[in-house]
Amino acid sequence: MTRISKTTLACAVSMTAAISATSAFSATQITVATVNNGHMIEMQKFTPEFEKAHPDIKVKWVTLEEGVLRQNVTQDIANKSGLYDVMTIGMYEAPIWGERGWLEPIDTSGSYDVQDILPSIRGGLSYDGTMYAAPFYGESSMVMYRKDLVKAAGMEINDRDSWEHIRNVAAAVNDPSKGIYGICLRGKAGWGDNMALMTTMANSFGARWFDENWKPQLESAEWKNAVSFYVDLLTKYGPPGSSSNSFNESLALFNEGKCGMWIDATIAASFVTDPKQSKVADQVGFAQSPISVTEKGANWLWAWSLGIPAATKNVEAAQTFVRWATSKEYINLVGNKNGWAAVPTGTRASTYANPKFQEAAVFADAELKAINSANPSDSTLKPSPYVGVQFAAIPEFQAIGTTAGQMVSGALAGSLTVDQALKSANTSADRQMRQAGYY
Amino acid sequence: MTLNQQRKLKTILTGLFAWTIALVLFFPIFWMFITSFKTELQAISIPPTLFFEPNLDNFRVVQERSDYIQHAWNSVVTSFGSTILALIIAIPAAYSMAFFPGKRTKDILLWMLSTKMLPAVGVLVPIYILCRDYGLLDTKTALVIIFTLMNLPIIVWMLFSYFKDLPKEILEAARMDGATPWDEVVKVVLPLSVGAISSTALLSIVLCWNEAFWSLNLTASDAAPLTAMIASYSSPEGLFWAKLSAASTLACAPIVIFGWFCQKQLVQGLTFGAVK
Repeated sequence: MTRISKTTLACAVSMTAAISATSAFSATQITVATVNNGHMIEMQKFTPEFEKAHPDIKVKWVTLEEGVLRQNVTQDIANKSGLYDVMTIGMYEAPIWGERGWLEPIDTSGSYDVQDILPSIRGGLSYDGTMYAAPFYGESSMVMYRKDLVKAAGMEINDRDSWEHIRNVAAAVNDPSKGIYGICLRGKAGWGDNMALMTTMANSFGARWFDENWKPQLESAEWKNAVSFYVDLLTKYGPPGSSSNSFNESLALFNEGKCGMWIDATIAASFVTDPKQSKVADQVGFAQSPISVTEKGANWLWAWSLGIPAATKNVEAAQTFVRWATSKEYINLVGNKNGWAAVPTGTRASTYANPKFQEAAVFADAELKAINSANPSDSTLKPSPYVGVQFAAIPEFQAIGTTAGQMVSGALAGSLTVDQALKSANTSADRQMRQAGYY
Repeated sequence: MTLNQQRKLKTILTGLFAWTIALVLFFPIFWMFITSFKTELQAISIPPTLFFEPNLDNFRVVQERSDYIQHAWNSVVTSFGSTILALIIAIPAAYSMAFFPGKRTKDILLWMLSTKMLPAVGVLVPIYILCRDYGLLDTKTALVIIFTLMNLPIIVWMLFSYFKDLPKEILEAARMDGATPWDEVVKVVLPLSVGAISSTALLSIVLCWNEAFWSLNLTASDAAPLTAMIASYSSPEGLFWAKLSAASTLACAPIVIFGWFCQKQLVQGLTFGAVK
């Protein structure tokens, strides 16, 4: 090779390298903050598909523990740091942050088909008719039970059974000598832990968090009935140490075959019916959440969703990513590659209408029914001023709910009476609402 | 019982006690290690599974999902960088306080220590805002600065304790030979304190390596160290213990191996000044 051709080759290589470097540099990089849930992890694996379709956008992931995620994204959004371009948020944050102008409205134009998103989920993520976060997967709560144990005890479980009936089934199934407990429920303190379940129970007992004037109602007879019932049920027929159990602990117990019933998030259905995770996968039945005096608010509504902070400099790229990740096309992509039992559920009507999904997911009908029956705008028997089924969508609720959760957990552990727990929770809530200027 | 037998019994009992304490302290690490080779179902089984067919699946998942090398590199840079920076500040500070104590030296030392008593979360918001304003969020520079400030009181205290036990006459002799303060530190104090400095540095590196609060709050993707990687394996909805154990094992491994090689210096450093 002559010197000239060598030089030409070197120039060509350098120019190619420079051009690729320039094109790589010109790609917009977006950072997505999320939680370590199965569906989210799958989304990370499909990132190359997104980047192939949108070569001008590169995606970086930050996966965090739920509590840390909440703290980090709140810090980021409140301080307008612009550290994240897309953040995973829940139904509690979306309307509050939307109202404050901290989130960009989701671009639902064109082929996105926003009408396909389940109305209750769409409503829960909107403020004043504008959707501020796009649902990635949604969930409600329902009863999951062991068909074999319930049948052997000569009992039956149906949709919307009464809590009394659930207690009777728990008593009939309970056999601690064989390591089987009648019912597993959340007991760990936290507004998203024990209080999520406790609030749905209280709703069905006719209770509400606040009256029309935002006065806390935790000392009402309805709350006392609900919490007393819950404490009695779990103390008699629950596993030991229930006051420290949350979703994962109950999931582990149920999958090990130690729970007769478990009332929790519908997303659990895909775990308890998966033979790779569950020893009782072929014995699980589903039913709609139990009720007491009303069906209103008897099962919760939640959606892990993708929001775009107003401080991001990459709004367009973030919108493109959010539209892709929450689209029908993405659900089809996951269904075709990973199987239809693995698609993110609880968001779009088209998923439930898909025969392939209906065939793969035995829990599909129960899940859809639960989600559709939840109405965040009307979840209490008596009128209430707030939106949300298992929470009140006001900034003060995190602190109020967590304090109440600690008190209820204390009552379950036996360190407080139900009356003492509710009195303390109410006093604390009253103080916070006064300080916040509600009255 | 003869005196000899009594001594033997005492040695055996002391050994037994030490082994018990060591095993109790080591058990969580051992359990984390074996859990990393279990399936998720085995990891949560009650009673716990002791005999099982080990598999490397969890390590594969961690490798697939997380950029281990980048997280490890961030940990190395922030731990070693902040330790070096802290030593550069602490050695002259400890030298001056040990050999030329003033009226307020003790107060300064106590004040420095008192900063360790402030809960980190108390200064989170101002530090976060400062980092945001100076463009330091999600950078290794921010972590190096924070870690340096965080460990400086301990490093100064440890070096001060060691330096003040050095005979002052050695420095006087050096001065008689015409040594400047710089020569005193570099040619006299440092060579005499290699053990103390290396054990102090080791302790600082371990503390930085294990730091999670600031790492989680000030970093996102680019500067996140191994502690942030571990946190990403906890899940609110789903089983994760085996994968979390694998991530923790991978995160602990470098510093455990490093500590193993340096244990002599570490023990020496932790016990200097204990026996006089």
